[in-house]
Amino acid sequence: MEPLLSLYSLQCQLRRQCSAVACITVARRTYTPSHPTPPSFFNRVLFTLNKHFYEVEHLINWSSWLKNKVIRRKNVFYGYTQKKFGVNVAASYYILGLGGSFRFADQPEWFRPDSRGKFSYDFLNTPNSTIEEIDLSRTLINHVGLENIMSQTRLRHLRLQACPEVDDWFLARLHLFGETMEELDLSQCSRITVGGLAALQHLRKLRRLNISSLPRLKNPGLIRILLEEMLPHCEIIGVDYEQGLLQAEPPTETFTEDSVHAGSLGASRRL
Amino acid sequence: MRGYPVLIRTLSGPAHRALTHRTGPTPRRSFSTSPRARKDYFQDLENQFKAFRDKATAAMPGSDWSPIQLNPGLPPERADIVIVGGGVIGWSVAYWLKKKERVRDGVRVLLVEKDPSYSQASTVLSAGGIRQQFSLKENILLSLASADFMKNINEHLGVVNEDPVDLQFNHSGYLFLANENVAHIMEENYVTQRDLGAKVALLSPTQLKERFPWINTDDVALASYGLENEGWFDPWTLLNAFRRKALSMGVYQCFGEVTGFTCSTQTAETTDGEMLNVKRIKYINVRMPNSLEYQPVECAVVINAAGAGSGKIAEMVGIGKGPEHSVASVPLPVEPRKRYVYVVHCPDGPGLECPFLIDYSGVYFRREGLGGNYIAGKSPEEAEEPDVSDLEVDHEFFQEKVWPLLCHRVPSFERLKVSSAWAGFYDYNTFDQNAIVGVHPLVNNMFHATGFSGHGLQQSPAVGRAVAELVLDGDFKTIDLSAFDLRRLIYQEPVLENNIV
Repeated sequence: MEPLLSLYSLQCQLRRQCSAVACITVARRTYTPSHPTPPSFFNRVLFTLNKHFYEVEHLINWSSWLKNKVIRRKNVFYGYTQKKFGVNVAASYYILGLGGSFRFADQPEWFRPDSRGKFSYDFLNTPNSTIEEIDLSRTLINHVGLENIMSQTRLRHLRLQACPEVDDWFLARLHLFGETMEELDLSQCSRITVGGLAALQHLRKLRRLNISSLPRLKNPGLIRILLEEMLPHCEIIGVDYEQGLLQAEPPTETFTEDSVHAGSLGASRRL
Repeated sequence: MRGYPVLIRTLSGPAHRALTHRTGPTPRRSFSTSPRARKDYFQDLENQFKAFRDKATAAMPGSDWSPIQLNPGLPPERADIVIVGGGVIGWSVAYWLKKKERVRDGVRVLLVEKDPSYSQASTVLSAGGIRQQFSLKENILLSLASADFMKNINEHLGVVNEDPVDLQFNHSGYLFLANENVAHIMEENYVTQRDLGAKVALLSPTQLKERFPWINTDDVALASYGLENEGWFDPWTLLNAFRRKALSMGVYQCFGEVTGFTCSTQTAETTDGEMLNVKRIKYINVRMPNSLEYQPVECAVVINAAGAGSGKIAEMVGIGKGPEHSVASVPLPVEPRKRYVYVVHCPDGPGLECPFLIDYSGVYFRREGLGGNYIAGKSPEEAEEPDVSDLEVDHEFFQEKVWPLLCHRVPSFERLKVSSAWAGFYDYNTFDQNAIVGVHPLVNNMFHATGFSGHGLQQSPAVGRAVAELVLDGDFKTIDLSAFDLRRLIYQEPVLENNIV
């Protein structure tokens, strides 16, 4: 009897304490612009139970809160490291901790973590070297964690391939690198849309921009043209002009003059 | 035989009389109700249900649950907080009230909205911009807090098993242009904005021309450009996100119009010896659409978030109807003002870098989509305010007032074509064009969140939080909005925004 009662009282306490957390419900599915897959049987059962039981609702909230916590921990501000070792060391430590790699401006070798995430602390020997190239592909950096790298104002190359948390707000914060950024790789970042790409106009020195495989861009070809107008000295990679255009119908078997004429007219009207 | 006395007890008057009348002349008795008695019973069904409901209420006095709903559109008979107005401010307040309640179902929140189609609502007709380039500290802080809210909008407003919220935020920034006369105001505002954390840059005419070659910088002395947290987004998505989340947290929604209040009055004496009547709202009457039926909802707190109609709501409760030169005679100075928005198409206009440009003459435009479309408009002069009885668009206004200024500023707009236009209402604060947030001293359980004069959408998440703090915590906790209190209306001390337009 005793353990059951204590469990029940614990549940009641949790119910009361977690009323604040319960209100933070997060849909942490990746954004799918078309053809959303129907939820699996387990998910359907879970959501039906979620409608009827507080405990299931709390469990679902906790699981999304835990996922958020991981991302938040990866993007915490390294204020202590900055104060004790300087901004360059803090930025280097942050990048290596995330799993990314970088290169100092005055050295040719890259600092990378190995496959198990371990890295050498040689960057402590050169506290005055600023970072010139950063590769943060497949890391969990977001617009909050960018604060740690803001100090590296001489940054020239930034690679953000397949970063799931890089979104438009991240791109809006890149204006601080406007004087020096020359190469930016944004391929396969699933959260970027046109609104964020419009913010890249602050990067006046940009020479190469990679925007391949961005699933939320509806008209990649048109966006390439607009970006080329916006940044005249920049080369846009990864997108063809024809992407996003509606295709004309293939011509029919019987070739009469009228049908060919009508077909070409229809195609030009649609394009 | 056994059935007969039971029938007498439960049936009401006409059915009972029918039975006794039938059994009078013939001694034969039947065990079942005859067709005539059944017909009367069913005609009387509504009364039967009402009697059943009264018995259920008598049996369970504390709860207002009833198994039979006579009219499902009616609001509940009792609510703790009633929010008048279902625009973005109303739903934001509803969401934050439910977020801040410490106990599940701690407050029962009812939101009353007049028009389910939102055809005249200011929220959905808005241009949807957000900026931090104000001169008042409170306005800047509100916009910054709202931008922070929108950064993590899925954490705040995401609902389990629903699509994530996509505001379609365009991070293009606002660009204000000033001539020599007002450049000093722009510089002072720049210092204030920077101090509070807004990322703004000042540009000289040469820098402006280099950045945006399509601008005519002839009489521009200084430009102020927002670098972060500024841009425009889809207001309908934000409204629906707030609404979906608030409904999932248990806010009651009712479509109806507020027609009156029932208040209790007490007299209070001021330090000058003047006797004031302080009202407390007890019931709010909500009338159903297209019907005369209304429900008096017993409530503890009423929140006036009715936008352009807030002035009328305040009048209903008696604010402004008092003897002359007394506190009670000051009305809520919010009235609807019509503003036009024109959608134009220009094939060789500014490209993707086009910001939300606001000229010192008052004309503004921004890019809309990727197809060379722009949204333009201008605030009319005080003397030329259009009529607010409908939402008809005046195209002459564009030809005479807006187009010449647009062409002067961007020469390529000479070749534009107007594709469409719409009009919307500002909840215009005629006193000082800034928000009115707080309680009127004479109606002490009505909170106002109105009078934003065109800035309501961009400040809505932060204002919702502020009003929820005011109601549930008693005072502002995160952003201090005491400058927007109603006392300034009574003391006649306007809090003016010192901007260049």
